[in-house]
Amino acid sequence: MTRFLIRRIFQGIIVMWLITVGVFLIFFVGPGPKSVPRALAGKNATPQVVAEVTRRLQLDKPLYEQYWHFVWLLLHGNLGYSFYHGQSVNSVLASSFPITLSLVIGAAIIWVVLGVLSGVLSAVRARTVADRLFTGLALFFYSMPTFVLGLLLLLIFYYELTIHGIHAFPATYIPFSQSPSGWLRSLILPWFTLALVSAATYTRLTRGSMLDVMNEDYIRTARAKGLSERRVIFRHSLRAALTPVVTQFGLDVGILLGGAVITEVVFSMPGVGFTAVQSIDQQDLPVIIGVVIVASAAVVVANIVVDAFYAVLDPRVRLH
Amino acid sequence: MISLGTIGVILLVAILAPVFAALTGHGPNQQFYAPVGLTAQGQPLGPSAHFLLGTDTLGRDILVRIAYGTRISLIVGVFAAMISVAIGAIVGLAAGYFGGLTDTVLARFMDWLLAIPFLLLAISLVTVIGPGLVVLLIVVGGLGWATVGRIIRGQVLSIREKEYVEAARSLGAGPWRIMFIDILPNVIAPIIVYTSLLIPVSIVAEASLSFLGVGIPPPTPDWGAMIADSQSVFEYGAWWYLVFPSAALLITTLAFNIFGDGVRDAFDPRGGQLFV
Repeated sequence: MTRFLIRRIFQGIIVMWLITVGVFLIFFVGPGPKSVPRALAGKNATPQVVAEVTRRLQLDKPLYEQYWHFVWLLLHGNLGYSFYHGQSVNSVLASSFPITLSLVIGAAIIWVVLGVLSGVLSAVRARTVADRLFTGLALFFYSMPTFVLGLLLLLIFYYELTIHGIHAFPATYIPFSQSPSGWLRSLILPWFTLALVSAATYTRLTRGSMLDVMNEDYIRTARAKGLSERRVIFRHSLRAALTPVVTQFGLDVGILLGGAVITEVVFSMPGVGFTAVQSIDQQDLPVIIGVVIVASAAVVVANIVVDAFYAVLDPRVRLH
Repeated sequence: MISLGTIGVILLVAILAPVFAALTGHGPNQQFYAPVGLTAQGQPLGPSAHFLLGTDTLGRDILVRIAYGTRISLIVGVFAAMISVAIGAIVGLAAGYFGGLTDTVLARFMDWLLAIPFLLLAISLVTVIGPGLVVLLIVVGGLGWATVGRIIRGQVLSIREKEYVEAARSLGAGPWRIMFIDILPNVIAPIIVYTSLLIPVSIVAEASLSFLGVGIPPPTPDWGAMIADSQSVFEYGAWWYLVFPSAALLITTLAFNIFGDGVRDAFDPRGGQLFV
């Protein structure tokens, strides 16, 4: 187990190293030596700022020294400095990450509950009306682009209600420190947007894997022992059926923590994804670099956690 | 079968888009000013006998623009999926067949591609290269192949040890011959299934990029861009500008998803056997 984990972590480090090389090639080498300091300093930078950027990032040194300096800063947890914002990339991300986190955690709870419950119901009542309804709904939301659902919810629950004098949901994000109840109300529509779109995958996954598991011999044994159907479903089947669901969950959360780009843009929530899209508009390269590295790291870590979890559940995995 | 029929209709709409323009007498980029295509305040007009699905922020016919927008969605959806599957198949074949260092390098590269946030990378690339149809195809197709590559690699790993590959090798067949003549036909099922499942994914990816403003440049009609534009007239109650392009997009992805599920079931009736 320890050897498996060490090997996975080592592979993760290699992927992260590849990512730093990729980022370095795209942003520090790609534009050509003359334009790099300008690009990193931002659109409206003065010559002094450009000179400062060159000095700080050692852009006048050979490429391998620049790369080493870049990685050295990263290893010390320094993601760079955004001249556009006039603050470090770390603090830009520190202020946007909690917003993404509160969006993803809330949505994740909703989508797991909706997805797993509807998947179990579908599998237990396979080929009934309920099953067809849930699989149909799952396919519908699976095909639904996130921004379409988000905008439709905004149109119905914000604009139509507001026109009729009901101010139930704010249109933009309200920070928790400003008003806890406003924060909660401003998150309900984004939560459901992200959750409904994601839940569909979980319904399909849970249903499929429950159907597989329920054909196993040990389920017949459990039934033959005279256990109640509820116990057979939740204690014996669901537990085994959840493995692929947990894998999917780990990867989804990993990806979304790097920015739920579309949901954040639709609801103007200044989370990581929204900040990144804005930075692309503002050509604020240091922030883009920071987001790409942090978001990729989240995916790499999520992959390792999922693999480790898998190995604990299924000893066969460790052999490969 | 319903899904196949719907896809047929969507294809017809794409081909016959000029017929929509001719029948209504409205060009896809033709602007109608107040009072014909806009209200006196310059806001879009709702559905009427003259404009069946209403007009947009510039007084253009939404029906005609949706019909033309079908073309971009289908072209990017189908061709980007094919590019993804082609790259994924070749890389997967090479990684699975050669093994060793080649496999390690290619597998880590696929991990790398899967770890980088797709939308951010796509937006950055489009911003750097500049928007356009070919760029969209390259970005959506060129970034989406890693999943396919992994699956083909897994299949090839098990096929490589089969007797008929051994037989081909002992007959003196070279690696390229074995890969493309002996192994490729045996992974054609997942290739076909993945192509059909990737089409709706590519359509959504294209629409999302257009929605974020890095798709086909205006005034070319595009569903994602229309939906993004509709946000500006929400407060005037112009629901039709959001609802109709959204419906077109949703019907298309739904039809292709149902079709893709059908293709998968046809190749793999027991479920789960194809992608071990």
